Amino acid sequence: MPASDHCLTTLEVARFVAEGYLRFDALVPAGLNERVIEELSRLAQVKLPQAIGVEPKAEVPGRPQTLTPLSRCYPPPSALGEVLRLPSIQGIIASLVGPDPLYDHDFVHVLPERGGYVQHLHVDAIIDSRDPTFDIQLFYFPREVEEGGGGTRFIPGSHLRRVRAEQVARYQHILGEEHFAGPAGTLLVFHHGLWHAGQPNPSDRTRWMYKVRLNPRVPQVRLWNTGDLDEVHNDPSDHTFATMRFDSVGNVLRKMQPWQHGHEARLELVQRVRLWRYLTGDEQYDVDYYLTRLEQRAALLGKEAGG
Amino acid sequence: MSIRQQVLQLWLAEAALDTPVVAWAFHDGCEGRGPALPADEPPYGSGAAALCDGWCLIQAPSPQAVSAGSEHETGPLPHEYVFERRIEIAD
Repeated sequence: MPASDHCLTTLEVARFVAEGYLRFDALVPAGLNERVIEELSRLAQVKLPQAIGVEPKAEVPGRPQTLTPLSRCYPPPSALGEVLRLPSIQGIIASLVGPDPLYDHDFVHVLPERGGYVQHLHVDAIIDSRDPTFDIQLFYFPREVEEGGGGTRFIPGSHLRRVRAEQVARYQHILGEEHFAGPAGTLLVFHHGLWHAGQPNPSDRTRWMYKVRLNPRVPQVRLWNTGDLDEVHNDPSDHTFATMRFDSVGNVLRKMQPWQHGHEARLELVQRVRLWRYLTGDEQYDVDYYLTRLEQRAALLGKEAGG
Repeated sequence: MSIRQQVLQLWLAEAALDTPVVAWAFHDGCEGRGPALPADEPPYGSGAAALCDGWCLIQAPSPQAVSAGSEHETGPLPHEYVFERRIEIAD
């Protein structure tokens, strides 16, 4: 983990902006993972029927309601609450959506062993607005997931494209896609727009995953450990076709995925720059001059640049 | 004998048919009784390469005018080409 307060560094947040996710292997201690699985199995008995409109036969006392501040969710004694209150996880959450965000919803994604269930690629939103605000979704795997053992499939860098939820189901394979495999206690932190899908679990172990969506309650501006921001935050002259820095946020944002090519990649970069402007509050920020060029010209007419 | 259709969707890096494949999907009306394609790597290096292997292009994307205010928006993968081949299989 980065700084002692467990908040993310500027370059980690820049990587989140570029790729739409961060990964933290074995972040949750082993003993706690096992207790969480017991709790998830009880929670699943409520969540799974409810999700298909069937009234659950059991209830888990104290289940959080939508719009509850996270600090009031799963109060002690709760293993799940312990996980959500780990300083390392609190630091990650606070860095991206601020302290004590709102609980949106959660779900237990359990894939029984030797199961063939497979999801199409999708986004967890019907469609998004054009503003740069975002929710995060924590994907927590309390048990080891082996290669091909039902780990979530996801598409790095897909989070800023405006699509409807199921519109991306048509893509069976995309270059650079990831299939999660990793040790128990691993946390994936997704921008809410990241394309993803559940995969079959042909292994002989049940795959457990807990997902929770969190909404920010404060503007998501400079919430991380910004001690390094001045050092790596480039100015608008950082331009691949003029002079460029190799140690800047801009160079993190330039890194494209194998499916992002050519001019399409430049549009991706513009989207990332817009998000970085929001996160830093720097409306002059740019990488490779795409927005600044237009804004300079628009200023000649006393207008704001379109697009 | 009967004729079955195989459909191959290729998403290309750019609007030209000879640019690299970045995503793909294969739908097999032969239910495995016809020629197969690799699943874990792009079946062809480009759309043009699929033509050379006997696939027939049945849909190509048209250029879209850019509407004011959405010049920089990104959405679904833009360069979607659809191919088919018809396979004779035993009943």
